[in-house]
Amino acid sequence: MNATIVESVNDALHTAMAGDENVVVYGEDVAETGGVFRATQGLKDEFGPKRVLDTPITEIAIAGSAVGLAMYGYRPVAEIQFSGFLPPTFNQLVSMASRIRWRTRGEMSAPMVIRAPYGGGVRALEHHSESLEAAYAHIPGLQVVVPSTPADTKGLLLSAIENPDPVLFLEPKRLYRSFREPVPEEEYTIPLGEAAVRTEGEDITVISWGSMMPETMAAAENLEAERDISIEVIDLRTISPLDRETIVESVKKTGKVAVVHEGPKTGGFAAELVATINEDALMYLEAPIERVTGFDVPIPMLGMEDYYLPNPPRIEEGLKAVLDGGAGT
Amino acid sequence: MGEVVDHTDSRILDGNTSQSIAECTLTEPSELPPRYQIVDEDGTYDPERVPALTDDELIELYRWMVLQQVIDVRMVKLQRRGEMGTYASGRGQEASIVGCAYALEEPDWLFPYGREATALCIQGMPLRDLLLYWRGVEDANKQRANRTFPPAIAIGTHIPVGVGFSWGMALDDADSISALYHGDGHPSTGEYQAGMNLASVMDTPTLFYCQNNGYSISAPFERQTGAKTVAQKGIAYGLNGIRVDGNDVLAVYDAVRTARAHVADGNPTIVEAVTYRLDAHTTNDDPSLYRRDEEVDRWEEKEPVGRFERFLRQRGVWDRVDPDEIREEANAEFDRAKEAADAYESGGVEEMFKYVYDETPPELERQLAEFEQFLDERPDAYDFIEHRPKG
Repeated sequence: MNATIVESVNDALHTAMAGDENVVVYGEDVAETGGVFRATQGLKDEFGPKRVLDTPITEIAIAGSAVGLAMYGYRPVAEIQFSGFLPPTFNQLVSMASRIRWRTRGEMSAPMVIRAPYGGGVRALEHHSESLEAAYAHIPGLQVVVPSTPADTKGLLLSAIENPDPVLFLEPKRLYRSFREPVPEEEYTIPLGEAAVRTEGEDITVISWGSMMPETMAAAENLEAERDISIEVIDLRTISPLDRETIVESVKKTGKVAVVHEGPKTGGFAAELVATINEDALMYLEAPIERVTGFDVPIPMLGMEDYYLPNPPRIEEGLKAVLDGGAGT
Repeated sequence: MGEVVDHTDSRILDGNTSQSIAECTLTEPSELPPRYQIVDEDGTYDPERVPALTDDELIELYRWMVLQQVIDVRMVKLQRRGEMGTYASGRGQEASIVGCAYALEEPDWLFPYGREATALCIQGMPLRDLLLYWRGVEDANKQRANRTFPPAIAIGTHIPVGVGFSWGMALDDADSISALYHGDGHPSTGEYQAGMNLASVMDTPTLFYCQNNGYSISAPFERQTGAKTVAQKGIAYGLNGIRVDGNDVLAVYDAVRTARAHVADGNPTIVEAVTYRLDAHTTNDDPSLYRRDEEVDRWEEKEPVGRFERFLRQRGVWDRVDPDEIREEANAEFDRAKEAADAYESGGVEEMFKYVYDETPPELERQLAEFEQFLDERPDAYDFIEHRPKG
């Protein structure tokens, strides 16, 4: 089928629920309306109100009860309506979900998925655009996945649902319906923790993920045309656990790196990537690593959000700074 | 002591009768709401209300309460001697700790918060593991077979989890409930409110079991809520609640038995056992900073084990009890548990890295390998760890 990202989410959920009767889908508005983005559309009709249901507006209890359900033996796939409403779940993710296996010495676990549309650029209300994946990647025991294409979305989400540990699945809502691509009808998985090399190149490595991928790809294309160089673009797909190998191999080849993400700069995941490269590939670096990120401000409301988000011109300037060894943006 | 609520078992939790504790609270706001009681401080009891327990079972209740006393006294001593980490004593709460757990049934799960040693033992937890837990050994949390969850030290965090777990029971049509032990501070948290609300919407078989022991560390109950009771917290959520004399083990048992049947039918319920923590919050706490000796003395007079002894005398069961022997047995059991805990050998540093994930990611493997190599190369690190001042 030719599908968008949000259609792939829906397809993956249908596939998972049909394949495993322990999969339970719930959240705010997911059952009757199919969710505000329609990601869960049709599930209730197909699988019934015991397995697909609307909860009260309570992110704390959605996340916390997912831990309990998962411990009991179910496979909850809970939706948090927007990533800006994830902070109330943080306590449950830190204090409970991520620790159950460790605390019980492997006797129990919390194989749950929390899905949330994340990121800005859709002219939404305040608190609807947050991109704080770095904060969740800092939690030991929690896995953080961020797809950027429809085919990846289906394979990664099915992996996440089968995964024996808790997964935060951040869906780039700006890309939900922005393009289609062929997505296999059948059930398939893409392993968590494996990055994808989107384009191979020799002159510089650009690392990004999720909603920044189209801008990053566009910038790379522009620069390749402008300078007659080849650029390697890595889509991380999974923030935690991190695919260090793909990154390090690429850096060894190109010697130059830029990281692009839309979350704030300080303490952002780019910082982790810089440190990782320092540990494993410092001597291969030919220039300082450049970070092209959002600013250290709350993600602005719709009036200014396009100024906040990295765009191809900013990314291009960041890459040039690395290529030319000069100061960046 | 508050007046006894007039009720029969089937009516305790029936929100439609005038005997509901919730309604008492609403209609008589100026008075301290009554709590359900069967045995008073003198051991005088209402024979109509004594639950159908055999003499042996009554003696068993007494044994469990004595064990709780022994555990608390000896754990605190061990902590003072540096042989135990920080410990939370349940002294004064023996009746509420034991009465609830004793009323649960075989398939039920218990979600503890830390101050209920014998409740865990009643579920089947070996006393050795309780010692290991308070010594900070994670292996102690292997309690799946005993249907217990690790204690929720971060206040409120286990509430939505326990609700989710009992939601699983409901989906599974299981004949079991989850009993969420908690204190009077927990209802102050968002976790509690959200969990209770979800339980009420989902009709999960969840028992909210509050040991209202008067204080959350130094904050008295009045500083937790403007409400007069925890039981009434259910009103706004459509849950039934009962307030029971938590120092009357028979009243606790009776209320939880009744509540359990109600809960098992998909009616989450709050049981608030009104009791008093006679010891410090934990061994790190100095209660003299926030409460007066007179208050503690007054509650010492109401302490539950002596009260139950007076009941057993009046009931004519006491001549079958050898209290010294029971206490000696409890101490001997503790001795054996301590010996086993002392003999327990934890694994090496790899224990820290195990079980974070089902499959350990490469970076974590690497951190472990590097750390082990470091320890091989710098064995003096062990000396530092051993000699560093603790606590």
